[in-house]
Amino acid sequence: MTGDLLHVTLLSIFVSVSATLLASAMAVPLGTIMGLRKFRGREVIRTVTYTLYGFPPVVAGLLIYLLISSQGPLGSLDLLFTPTAMILAQMVLVFPIVTGLTMSSVSQVAEDVKETAMTLGADRWQTAKTVLNEARIGVISAIMIGFGRAIAEVGAVIIVGGNIKWHTRVLTTAIVLETRRGNFEYALMLGVVLLSVALFIFFILKRYQEKGVKM
Amino acid sequence: MNNEVAMRAKGICKGFDGKSVLEDLSVSVSHGELLAIIGPSGVGKTTLLRILNGLLEPDKGKVYFMKEPLGFEHDCDLEARRRMALLSQKPYPLMKNVWDNVAYPLRLRDQKEIDKKVSDALEHVSLLETADRKASTLSSGELQRMAFARATVFEPEILLLDEFTAHLDPYNISVLEDAVDWYLKEKNAAIVMVTHNLFQAERISSSTAFLFDGEIIERDRTEKIFNEPEDERTEAFVSGEMVF
Ligand SMILES: Nc1ncnc2c1ncn2[C@@H]1O[C@H](COP(=O)(O)OP(=O)(O)O)[C@@H](O)[C@H]1O
Ligand SMILES: [Mg+2]
Repeated sequence: MTGDLLHVTLLSIFVSVSATLLASAMAVPLGTIMGLRKFRGREVIRTVTYTLYGFPPVVAGLLIYLLISSQGPLGSLDLLFTPTAMILAQMVLVFPIVTGLTMSSVSQVAEDVKETAMTLGADRWQTAKTVLNEARIGVISAIMIGFGRAIAEVGAVIIVGGNIKWHTRVLTTAIVLETRRGNFEYALMLGVVLLSVALFIFFILKRYQEKGVKM
Repeated sequence: MNNEVAMRAKGICKGFDGKSVLEDLSVSVSHGELLAIIGPSGVGKTTLLRILNGLLEPDKGKVYFMKEPLGFEHDCDLEARRRMALLSQKPYPLMKNVWDNVAYPLRLRDQKEIDKKVSDALEHVSLLETADRKASTLSSGELQRMAFARATVFEPEILLLDEFTAHLDPYNISVLEDAVDWYLKEKNAAIVMVTHNLFQAERISSSTAFLFDGEIIERDRTEKIFNEPEDERTEAFVSGEMVF
């Protein structure tokens, strides 16, 4: 029982942290560029990203399922019902959130910071770094919210992961299972573990919000 | 001492949303010169400075920086931009500490002896004791002094000042004006100071240009502009009789 719990918890952390980091690695630069530049269609993209915040996890799961099932374009990779598949599905959910929130926190500070940095001799890359540093509270919040969405969702991981014991079972899918079995106490305990994990990760991220980057 | 023209704007036109602000404006500033640009608010003084700094592209006309044409916005070349500074009315700290803010432009340039340069720059605006404080705890006068140290620590040849003492108290104004005067003489810099404060222009500038209706109406030695202006609009403005 306890070995099982530990495995489920660690897998939850592994899958959601990986999904958040991988999605953020693409979403933060993209959101920064979108926040810094005024281009036509920025408002449309902004609206689309906001809509995607509410993207149903089951639909994300379904899309990844179609992509990696044996008939799908990535079928040969044999990813269905693996933690990798779960990471992919959660990335779909995290990506628009981190992109959109990064974009709005960057565009909030962009004008003043960008101009000040440029008048002091920053090149484009240095300007982007400075803006990102100013916007870091918002950007790290974006990553936190993305992580929160990843670790809490159940629809996507259950479709592409299959909730297989010792293999793809995570905290949320375990809660679903235990509730169905009528093990309410255990399910509740899993819920408490889930919240603690989220809290723990948030505390780690929070420290980076305060620090800031050395130029 | 080199008294050559450091920067020249030629035939600048700029409008916003169909409304013309600057019309065929030309102006130049030389090394060792402190040129005040005076004029009522909304006349386009800030717009002109931003064009001189390469931040804003004019609709027509060219800016020459040390005889070379300057690019604008994304095309403004880094090398030229790194040799000038713009100090705006509302300074924006980019780093937490006062010290790091002043070191920022030096770090951008990978310069050496950062410690000495930063403490010298802070010393000139009497801010050395605040070096370790958070920029957010400074008063508005101290913040502007920090911004002055930050804008001059890398020794730009051209310094552009946009209403740099607006809304400050007399003590801070005098510290900043002394610092500008020192910088002008010490570095033989070319300084353009935009202001609607006539007393300030008269106090510290060597020459003055009156900007009105999109163009420079008159430009001369400061003494001349304030005592014997040629144009009646200049006369009305410097005597305070112009009604807006
Ligand atoms: N980015 C902008 N977009 C639209 N109008 C602008 C912009 N910047 C300046 N203006 C307009 O140009 C005119 C001149 O502004 P500005 O250069 O700030 O005047 P000053 O600094 O002399 O007070 C004003 O009417 C102002 O509203
Ligand atoms: Mg102005």
